Amino acid sequence: MALLFYISSGVAVVSTIMVITRYHPIHALIYLVVSFLAISMVFLSLGAPFAAALEVIIYAGAIMVLFIFVVMMLNLGRETAQQEKQWLRPAVWIGPGILTLVLLMEMAILLLQQSQQEVATAVVTPREIAVSLYGEYMIAVELIGFLLTTGIVGAAHIGKHKKKNLHRYLQA
Amino acid sequence: MVPVSAHTVLIVAAILFTLGLAGALTRKNIIFMLISIEIMLNAAGLAFIAAGSRWHQPDGQIMYLFILAMAAAEVSVALAMVLQIHHQHKTLDVEDLRELKD
Repeated sequence: MALLFYISSGVAVVSTIMVITRYHPIHALIYLVVSFLAISMVFLSLGAPFAAALEVIIYAGAIMVLFIFVVMMLNLGRETAQQEKQWLRPAVWIGPGILTLVLLMEMAILLLQQSQQEVATAVVTPREIAVSLYGEYMIAVELIGFLLTTGIVGAAHIGKHKKKNLHRYLQA
Repeated sequence: MVPVSAHTVLIVAAILFTLGLAGALTRKNIIFMLISIEIMLNAAGLAFIAAGSRWHQPDGQIMYLFILAMAAAEVSVALAMVLQIHHQHKTLDVEDLRELKD
């Protein structure tokens, strides 16, 4: 399982780098799907098969399909890629890149200073998750239900196009 | 076979999070900024999963489920806003969007 973990986390890091450097939106989204699949493999190697399945179904399936539909509806194509190419000069990304690299170095040093502890290879089964989810986390599940409902209503309200031409009886 | 150490997983999560942060800082297109936010949320979920399997508790995966539901709600609202912004301003550049009015 350790080799599986290293290979798939390498794939995840490389494809995430490709995501943030692509100019064309669809190419970035396809690399993002690859990254999600690799992270799902990481979950599987950490003994979380339920989370791995959800990563593929919800992230790589549902959320990415939403993104791709929106990119298709907006008809973003070659012009957007040209625009991104103009914006993404080295002068633009070198500053934030160095700053985030410093942050990453700090986090890595902090993590490596402490004593190494191994991840248990035992699998946490979906049954344990379900028992805990509908037992002690019941309130949180209901709150997430509220959040999803408000998300749907908000998306339907915001995404609705305002009618430009009213019916002739309604015009003043 | 050597088992994976918990710090290795956390370092992978930190690398993914900083990559997402760099993407959100450098990009000016709203769609790329949303993608970077998704990468950051996913890295946070990876850290939760690592913690859950380190202590062999289901709580890490439950937190991951909540992150997943929150990401789904956030993405649906944000993409509806992207559609409206493109409809009204004909651009996705965040520098051009100065007002949040109707």
